[in-house]
Amino acid sequence: MTETGGARAGMGPRLRRAPAGGWRTATVREVDRPTPRTVRLRLEVPDRVDHLAGQHYVVRLTAEDGYRAQRSYSLASSPGDPLVELLVERLDDGEVSGYLADVVEPGDTLEVRGPIGGWFVWEGDEPALLVGGGTGVVPFVAMLRTARELGREDLLRVAVSTRTAAELPYADELRAAGALVVTTRERSGIRPAGRLTAVDLVPLWEPGQTAFVCGSASFAEAASQLLVGLGVPAPDIRVERFGPSGTSG
Amino acid sequence: MAGPTRGFLGRSRRERDPRLPPGQYDVGADWPVLTAEPTPRITPETWSITVDGRVENPVSWTWDEAHRLPPSEYRGDIHCVTTWSKFDTRFAGVSVDTLLEAARPTADAHFVMATAKTGYTTNLPLEDVTGGKAWIVWEFDGEPLPVEHGGPVRLLVPHLYFWKSAKWVTRLTLLQRDQQGFWEQNGYHDRGDPWREQRYQGD
Repeated sequence: MTETGGARAGMGPRLRRAPAGGWRTATVREVDRPTPRTVRLRLEVPDRVDHLAGQHYVVRLTAEDGYRAQRSYSLASSPGDPLVELLVERLDDGEVSGYLADVVEPGDTLEVRGPIGGWFVWEGDEPALLVGGGTGVVPFVAMLRTARELGREDLLRVAVSTRTAAELPYADELRAAGALVVTTRERSGIRPAGRLTAVDLVPLWEPGQTAFVCGSASFAEAASQLLVGLGVPAPDIRVERFGPSGTSG
Repeated sequence: MAGPTRGFLGRSRRERDPRLPPGQYDVGADWPVLTAEPTPRITPETWSITVDGRVENPVSWTWDEAHRLPPSEYRGDIHCVTTWSKFDTRFAGVSVDTLLEAARPTADAHFVMATAKTGYTTNLPLEDVTGGKAWIVWEFDGEPLPVEHGGPVRLLVPHLYFWKSAKWVTRLTLLQRDQQGFWEQNGYHDRGDPWREQRYQGD
């Protein structure tokens, strides 16, 4: 409880508070579907509070009778991007993701709130290992874009896991940044289908890095335990989990 | 506030359960895991709970000692700020009232900081953990609390958003003045009442 001493001290107090913004009415400027299960929305947000890479936004939908539903989505855009970019995975029976994937068109307005979150953020000045599963790569795209703007691509190492290459959003951008891409349901070059292993992460890990892990609950648990097994100190591992619990009810 | 979102119907509201606070949905049998850190491995032998700070009698209990305290159960609903709610849960452990009776908070104690073995913290007004509203729990549905849900022991404050129910809790520190915990420093609300939708700072 007393292990304070600065922004890098595990879950202790931060030196600097992350930016936070209130509700805004954003205008949808671009909509496309980079993979079969995802939709990419680029929003113009008036009076925007600049975010840090890794932060998220809330999208709130309101029906005619006042009923509302809201969900959080990580940003893929860098703070320097004039638009805010969300990548949304369409979940089975997804009340909000289904609407965003099937109904939203350019010119629509959406209520959004952000940026939110001050833990899973990369401030652009520290070495980091990014380990993502599926759409868990989204905050890492924001980090890579931020690094590119700062000319600090040297600070980031990336490993991502996807079922198949075709299902990985931002695949070209991730590969161009040197990401290791592991496919769990198909062969990839000479590598057979399989999960991310400690052997994959050893060459990417360096002491002093902060490790960021983002993905489904089961992926995040497995990847963070791989890092712990490699000797990465638990306070240096930041985890963002999403979606249902998966295997166990 | 903005008007309706074009073309959004939402799920049918006919069966919307009155137990759902605004903006929440029923997650059913699932129980999502949302943790910002690697899951720690804590054995009952190495776990203890301490109540300290503004108290007359700082006390610690080991696993065995805590299990000899009068048992207490919670049956009801839980609500996560990420918008899922889970109905009809059953947790068992010890009431926080029992711990505080032994520690005897001083008259100037008004807030509590809960600390987990991982260093995770969350702050609560004292009145939100007294009067039968908060527990430390080691059982869910009659089984040992799974580690990914905070086992061996977590705090349970079910009338507030679930980030207040610190997993792997090991210390309750009574404070004269409020101090922000982990998520509260990172933009989340200091109190977190789901019925008032107190999700983020400023709500």
